[in-house]
Amino acid sequence: ERPKNGCPPTFTIQPDRTGEDLQGGMAEDPQIQTHGCIRSKGGDGMNAYMAYKVSTQTSLTMFHSKTFTVRRRFSDFLGLYEKLSEKHLQNGYIVPPPPEKSILGMTKVKVGKEDPSSAEFVERRRAALERYLQRVVSHPSLLQDPDVREFLEKEELPRAVSTQALSGAGFLKMLNKATDAVSKMTIKMNEQDVWFDEKIQDVENEEQHMRKLHVMVESLVNHRKELSGNTAVFAKSVAMLGSSEDNTALSRALSQLAEVEDRIEQLHQEQAANDFFTFSELLADYIRLLGAVKGCFDQRMKAWQRWQDAENMLQKKREVEAKLLWANKPDKLQQAKDEIAEWEAKVTQYEREFERISATVRKEVIRFDKEKARDFKRQIIKYLESLLNSQQQLIKYWEAFLPEAKAIA
Amino acid sequence: DIPDALCERDKVKFTVHTKTTLSSFQKPEYSVQRQHEDFIWLHDTIVETEEYAGLIIPPAPPKPDFEGPREKMHKLGEGESSMTKEEYAKMKQELEAEYLAVFKKTVQVHEVFLQRLSSHPMFRKDRNFQIFLEYDQDLTVRRKNAKEMFGGFFKNMVKSADEVLISGVKEVDEFFEQEKNFLLDYSSKIKDATAKAEKMTRSHKNVADDYNHISGALNNIAADNNTAFKKHLEKCAEVFEKLRKVEDRMASDQELKLTELLRYYTRDIQAAKDLLYRRARALADYENSNKALDKARLKGKDVAQAEENQKQCLQKFDKLSESGKKELTSFKARRVVAFRKNLIEMTELEIKHAKNSVSLLQGSIEVLKSN
Repeated sequence: ERPKNGCPPTFTIQPDRTGEDLQGGMAEDPQIQTHGCIRSKGGDGMNAYMAYKVSTQTSLTMFHSKTFTVRRRFSDFLGLYEKLSEKHLQNGYIVPPPPEKSILGMTKVKVGKEDPSSAEFVERRRAALERYLQRVVSHPSLLQDPDVREFLEKEELPRAVSTQALSGAGFLKMLNKATDAVSKMTIKMNEQDVWFDEKIQDVENEEQHMRKLHVMVESLVNHRKELSGNTAVFAKSVAMLGSSEDNTALSRALSQLAEVEDRIEQLHQEQAANDFFTFSELLADYIRLLGAVKGCFDQRMKAWQRWQDAENMLQKKREVEAKLLWANKPDKLQQAKDEIAEWEAKVTQYEREFERISATVRKEVIRFDKEKARDFKRQIIKYLESLLNSQQQLIKYWEAFLPEAKAIA
Repeated sequence: DIPDALCERDKVKFTVHTKTTLSSFQKPEYSVQRQHEDFIWLHDTIVETEEYAGLIIPPAPPKPDFEGPREKMHKLGEGESSMTKEEYAKMKQELEAEYLAVFKKTVQVHEVFLQRLSSHPMFRKDRNFQIFLEYDQDLTVRRKNAKEMFGGFFKNMVKSADEVLISGVKEVDEFFEQEKNFLLDYSSKIKDATAKAEKMTRSHKNVADDYNHISGALNNIAADNNTAFKKHLEKCAEVFEKLRKVEDRMASDQELKLTELLRYYTRDIQAAKDLLYRRARALADYENSNKALDKARLKGKDVAQAEENQKQCLQKFDKLSESGKKELTSFKARRVVAFRKNLIEMTELEIKHAKNSVSLLQGSIEVLKSN
């Protein structure tokens, strides 16, 4: 559905499948709706900001009530991501990335331009925020996070401090830099990690292919919009032709044809919107998500590095101890022994952390793959159904026209 | 009819097949090879025949335009090394489809030209037309050499000046007054509609092309995957591939039935306008001959000659008016019939294709849901 000018749009996310949970626990996930409306605070123009109504419906007992609504700004969503990634990224969780900031798009809306492209922008962002939240709450571990609960429930949230560096794109850029740094290290992983090696390669390939596909789908959206425009122009031209035609029956048939083409133009427009929201945005989301998955692997890499560094440090400390023993300096010896104990503890800790993060990453990736397959299947079916609907309408229109054409005498 | 046409490098060779019961022909059946230029030659000789001035001359078929496919082929050749095998195969498919479409169009348009001639009581008896159909050697076509082309250029220039002449001439005859107004108005509208139809068809083809690319890209993702995800993607890719064929056919059928119809009638309307112009010229000549006669009578010189001239001009004008009226009336009927036929055919084809899409999509959705 598209927002009508002036009234807050209403959308419902498809409720998540109930009863399915990898970690066994939640029976239902909360249903979330997001509306968008513009609100001025302290002036118009650039000081205006868009507030989104986030409505939650749930039967989970950890929430204070069954239904509640709060107002959130875009920066609040980014703030949520900041908090979640700070806490969970290092443990190997895939934290869903928020939609990207767009200064240009938002400026047009703030300035109050009433054109279809700014309405489209708002709708696009609103839908993306809804999908973002839905992904967050369908993650069993993230749902437990008090920040998430606060985001959904609390009346007034403190303004997120600095979200500039942490917009989706900004954060991903940071992650990518980390990736580069990590891959530059000559890391030799051991046997056990073949699964990880293969997986990261798969993710890389998939991201590349998805980007290409996304480009093509965007091309489809544009061409379909063009087709819609050209059909409208053609319809007008046929109407003109019909009006100048001197045979009555043919003249009427031509004006009917013009009407059919007008309706077809409408169909194309709707289909272009479907192309975009159902297909193109899905791909855009997953390209970002795959980036987040890569980030996950990097965290694991970091953990491994930390462990290795600790091992090396331990080795050095042992060498120091050996030297001291040989040089016979008993006073420094105790210190050396203390340091060895310290580093032995660290090695054990980091090794355990690495194993834990590896397990988490593995579980997360498996879960991600399942989600992805489900998501794509659902969206592909939805998209094909939209195409089907469109074609069925087309048949109706042409079948209505056929007797008109036959009536030409 | 033209059952076959071959494309040899740059030139298209049409095989023209004729079946006839007319006694003026030597044999009941003929099959000859003709090139596009031969058609043009035939058209031009008919245009230049004074006798046919009062008839609407069927418009010449446009030159076969393989520019689009040729460009694509060039691109294909250049990009061959940078494409995957699948991408290359897909582009080749696209190229072949486009080539076929252009081919179909040009055959149709040449065929229609000949059919118009053969169904007209006067043209079918034309000597040159017979030669065109019978002569089993290559026609030594007098291609328009430079001088003649120049002449043609001037002829066109003069023609546009005569458009003003047509609109300026005081019309006594109600029929011709109406026709003139109608043709001038309709002519610009149909030209516009043709252009818009072409743009629309182009966009439609672009969408079909996109489906093709999307199908390929989906297969790429699927190839690297296993599990259910792979199956979904492959199914989706398959759907897009099949849909693309349907959309392509939708677009090209719309082009063949609607856009081509509009194109053809734009040319035919022009031929009707040409008839009006010739008649207007004859009228102007007649009026001039009247003035000349008056002058001669005043001067008392060459009166007989002037009278003769005036009589001839009047005769010519009357003949043109009479046959012109007949021609324009039958043109109207012809146009209406053609529009009806094509609109019906187009609509039926669009319905057929849409139904194909529907069953294709329904089937695929079923499969996906059940997986």
